[in-house]
Amino acid sequence: MAKLSSLFRPSTDARELRRQPLFTGMSWLVLLFLYAPIAVLVVFSFNDNRSVVRWTEFSLRWYTAALENDDIRRSAMISVQVALTATMFSTIIATMAALATTRGSVYRGRSAATALINQPLMIPEIVTAIATLAFFSILRQLTGVTGIGWLILAHTVFCVPFAYMPIRARLSDMSVTYEAAAADLYATNWQTFRYVTLPLLMPGVMAGAMLAFVVSLDDVIITLLVAGPGETTLPIYILGQIRRGVTPEVNAVSTILIGVTIAMVALTFFLQRKRK
Amino acid sequence: MAGVAHIPQPDAASRLLAAQAERARQRRRTRLFLLAPGLGIIGIFGLFPLSIALVYSFLEPGTYGGVEWTFSYDAYVQFLFERDIFDDTLTFNSAYLQIFGRSFGLAITTMIGTLILGFPVAYFIAARPQEQRNFWLFAITLPFWTNLLIRTYSMLLIVRDEGFVNLTLMNIGLISEPIEMLYTDGAVLAGLVYSYLPFMILPIYASLEKFDFSLLEAGHDLYATRTQVFRHIIIPITRPGIAAGCVLVLIPALGAYITPELLGGGKKLMIGNLIALQFGSGRNWPFGAAAALILMAVVLIALLVSLRAGASKEGGHG
Repeated sequence: MAKLSSLFRPSTDARELRRQPLFTGMSWLVLLFLYAPIAVLVVFSFNDNRSVVRWTEFSLRWYTAALENDDIRRSAMISVQVALTATMFSTIIATMAALATTRGSVYRGRSAATALINQPLMIPEIVTAIATLAFFSILRQLTGVTGIGWLILAHTVFCVPFAYMPIRARLSDMSVTYEAAAADLYATNWQTFRYVTLPLLMPGVMAGAMLAFVVSLDDVIITLLVAGPGETTLPIYILGQIRRGVTPEVNAVSTILIGVTIAMVALTFFLQRKRK
Repeated sequence: MAGVAHIPQPDAASRLLAAQAERARQRRRTRLFLLAPGLGIIGIFGLFPLSIALVYSFLEPGTYGGVEWTFSYDAYVQFLFERDIFDDTLTFNSAYLQIFGRSFGLAITTMIGTLILGFPVAYFIAARPQEQRNFWLFAITLPFWTNLLIRTYSMLLIVRDEGFVNLTLMNIGLISEPIEMLYTDGAVLAGLVYSYLPFMILPIYASLEKFDFSLLEAGHDLYATRTQVFRHIIIPITRPGIAAGCVLVLIPALGAYITPELLGGGKKLMIGNLIALQFGSGRNWPFGAAAALILMAVVLIALLVSLRAGASKEGGHG
């Protein structure tokens, strides 16, 4: 009650100013708003009943059904294949770009280079998707090359800025003194990178790789437009099922996907905190 | 240096210069080598395709999708006018304008909604002691990484006729008939706010992260009221964060595809759906490309406006 009345009385306490009691309540409500729908989905994926409202009994039957479903298995394999390859390429590219944009003296065009690396973040995904589709349709015709490589290429492009962010953050937090010391001891550029910079940078690289993996694994719009026939990823499969109607199998697959994401992001968060 | 008696011979000096130049060249080479893959792949496969889209928007649609390589600005005319198939006359058609209008309305309402919900949260987190901040930041960031499709789907489970909200309300006896929420603008709005809320909270938090809260006390000591403290201390401090958050919400909300598709039932189209439709069953790639470019132009304008809004922080409240 004391809290409530303080809302109406001009505050006298400095701590009160800092706390804004109304904001505390709102924050918890926002947290509820963010998590309640996901919680409902996750809880009812373990429901024996088809319903997502009436709880009957705990059961893993929808998980069994999902894992036995050939379409789900195939699309999951494609998703992992695309995500792993795109992650590998984008992380290497992002690491190189981060080294060039944070190490050494400032040079002309450095901020332009940084902006270009982040370009995929500045444009609505649907625009990137149709532009990529238009470009790839020309390239496919000209080269006659088809296959999943195009999809992997498209994923690599939008994964680069996500991998770049944590790597760059880690790199700009790292002191250059170790690298300078290595150079003083006549280490070549490559030796300095291999034995000094890279080991120190590793948590950032891992964090970047995991974010890239998650972003690739979750992508819908670009995949929807760019993927050729037979290149259905898991989210595209899920979207198709949702359009047809709600099925408990989709709840189970979604829960698995949420679990994978949470595990990876939690690990990333942990890796980034360790640097402090 | 002044005490050094020995002055380098001219050839030694020039050798030093040559060595320095060589080192600078090498640095440039390394830099180029490191930057080439990133700039190359994003330049060629991220930026360049946009100009392909521009070219496509001035071509004619192919019968089975794709384009005919004939120049035409029909795609842009089509926004406002409908061409009669028989006598080729143009009549005004507001259908596409309405879709653009609805998208802007929804995106701006989403922006305001996330600001109203997000600002208190950002402030609350910044005012926490350090060890609690990490929990809150993690809790706010996690949904942002969780699959957007799945989050939207979980929203659908909540708001549909036989969904969580309706059945719970009916079980309590508050309502006897389900309230129709799915496939309304309200459902799309709720979905958009739900999707993009973290984009608003995080930048505002970042602008408050290093804020010294004793400044509020100082303001208070100088007889500022609560509102004055808010207006003259907190708002100017958070202004860049608010500007960044608004853009980060506005851009994806304007181009949203999944949310209107699932929660609007494909009937309440937004620009994103309109564009995707043209590249799918609509089979009008030039029109889709034109719509995408108009969307991008709007986004660029929003970016510029927000850059100015964020930067003018120093000027206003001297």
